[in-house]
Amino acid sequence: MPEISGFSFPNDVHVWWSLMIVMYPYITGFVAGAFIVTSLYHLFGRTEFKPVARLAMATSFAFLLVASLPLQLHLGHPERGVQVMVTPHFTSAMAGFGILYSGYLAILVLEVWFVWRPEIILRARRSRGLRRAFYAALALGTYDTGPQALEVDHRAITLLAGLGLPGACMLHGYVGFIFGAIKANPWWSTPLMPVIFLVSAAVSGIALLVVLYQVVSRLQGRSPDQPCVSALARWLWFFLILTLTLELLEIIVMAYERSESWLIISELLTTRLQFSYVTMQMIVGGLIPLILLAVVVLMNRYLHERVRNTLSTVAALLCLLQVFSMRWNIVVGGQLMSKSLRGLRSPYEPELFGREGVLMAIALVAAPFVILWVFDRVLGIEEREPEAGSGSGAPEERRPAAAAGGGVHAA
Amino acid sequence: MAPKSNALPVLQSDPARPSPGVGRRRFLADALRLSGGALVLLAGGSAAEALAAVQAPHPEAYRWDEHLYAYLIDTTKCIGCGSCVRACAAENQVPDGFYRTWIERYVVGMEQTHVESPNGGKDGFGPIQVGFTATKSFFVPKMCNHCRATPCVQVCPVGASYRTKDGVVMVDGERCIGCAYCVQACPFGSRFISPVTHTAEKCTWCYHRVTKGLRPACVEVCPTGARQFGDLKREDDPVRRAIAQDRVEVLQGHLLTEPQCYYLHLDKEVR
Repeated sequence: MPEISGFSFPNDVHVWWSLMIVMYPYITGFVAGAFIVTSLYHLFGRTEFKPVARLAMATSFAFLLVASLPLQLHLGHPERGVQVMVTPHFTSAMAGFGILYSGYLAILVLEVWFVWRPEIILRARRSRGLRRAFYAALALGTYDTGPQALEVDHRAITLLAGLGLPGACMLHGYVGFIFGAIKANPWWSTPLMPVIFLVSAAVSGIALLVVLYQVVSRLQGRSPDQPCVSALARWLWFFLILTLTLELLEIIVMAYERSESWLIISELLTTRLQFSYVTMQMIVGGLIPLILLAVVVLMNRYLHERVRNTLSTVAALLCLLQVFSMRWNIVVGGQLMSKSLRGLRSPYEPELFGREGVLMAIALVAAPFVILWVFDRVLGIEEREPEAGSGSGAPEERRPAAAAGGGVHAA
Repeated sequence: MAPKSNALPVLQSDPARPSPGVGRRRFLADALRLSGGALVLLAGGSAAEALAAVQAPHPEAYRWDEHLYAYLIDTTKCIGCGSCVRACAAENQVPDGFYRTWIERYVVGMEQTHVESPNGGKDGFGPIQVGFTATKSFFVPKMCNHCRATPCVQVCPVGASYRTKDGVVMVDGERCIGCAYCVQACPFGSRFISPVTHTAEKCTWCYHRVTKGLRPACVEVCPTGARQFGDLKREDDPVRRAIAQDRVEVLQGHLLTEPQCYYLHLDKEVR
């Protein structure tokens, strides 16, 4: 039994929402954040993000595929999980999950298809036998890569990005809403919660891309495109400032209001959550990357390429820690405090093994990277052509691994 | 102590779930009766006897629209004996360490307040020493408040939590997915996820008893009358009269959940 200081309601000493419910917003945060980056390119014409636009979309897709797993793993009756989608009870914020998740999944799958269509067709033409049948099935029978078709693709991508951006925002904002709309828990109950979740999702998504882009570039033996690195750092800085501001605003308002719950919440933050909140969320994951990114952004022109790469990567890794700590402090922190507002329970330590354990959480974070690898093998994340949508010519094969031989037929 | 009864089967066949047509259980029950009737027939009984066996009126002819339950707790009467907690655990097979009802002890001074509920008050309360000058002390029984505007029913993603027409908040254990959203949403800490069924559980006001005209187990065993159960649709009901005429209070009224557990003489220290 956990130790209690003060008084907790007798049923209030359990952490019902475990590590898996920490992982759930963390993972959907990557989905939304990475999608915001692709939208900056596809929707808002930020061409400096072109080098990471496809990587970002593939990342969003890969994380979305595992996003519902932590929820499923957490349920007391996982076999009934599908009921949330089949027989939703619409007054529940959680019932929106089925609609938002499947709606966003549909949009993202369509957008991925349109973006990778020329690649699919190219691979269908260049392969034989089963591989050819596979790619032909993926191409859905249309082999048209003429300028007109590509123009249609382009418009479809813009439209889908236009739908996808609010979709991603709603998918993640709603996760914040699940917590923000619980009036029983004063640490959760604030209208700021969905906004904080959304903005920190952008932080985690961009931070992940900063790191991924560096890794992918290294793997390919190229040096990362510097304008893209500085642009990512600039937007990461911007969203980190927003996140920290909102997160501080939340507790400053509570403290200044001297709300009924502030006494216990201040005790929670300075005792049980001292390490994860004050140290990790605010200093190591907040203040330090804030300064590092400020250096990258404000002194951009004086920085050597390696310094810029290193600084932004370190800052991004710290941002990833910041967002994880924030999820942890919200989800777990809110349950360490009894609704009696008189007691705190001892810190929660997740199990190592088991359905909701640490190893499972690591597997959940690792899975999207495996999916990304498969994605790269099947469709190739990087663009082959120097210019996307510039024509239907037979592009040069850059990587010999994928060159399966065979001529390029005219459409 | 209340007689131990198997709560679940009664709950599942209760009339509270509005089921269109003939439910599976009803069908099975009728089929059993019918086969029983057929046996009588085969054994040489008359057809009329067999038919009578099938068409016998349902023994639990209970109409949920004829009642509206409420609960009244007089905190000045509670002596913290813990009989109610024990009776509840026995009646409803509540797993150890979880509570459908519990008792809190408040020891209040001018500057400080001490609150405790060791084992939910199940074993009663021993003498206590506090490090301040206590000016008053009292016990407060707690349980599900069966709110009219229930946050728990609102957030259930599959509709497993529901409120019956006679005013009782219940959980359908066959539908609950065990997501614990309702546990988070209840401001009173009345719900828990059972380690046995892995579904949400809570006080049902002993619905399996009250629909038979009995009182909830905790009310039945309370030696001082601190706990009272009443029907707001009965003009002469003492609970109804108390709620209508006395100064009654509810827990966490500012949350506007409209609890149907009313308290007499509630102290400001109680949340």
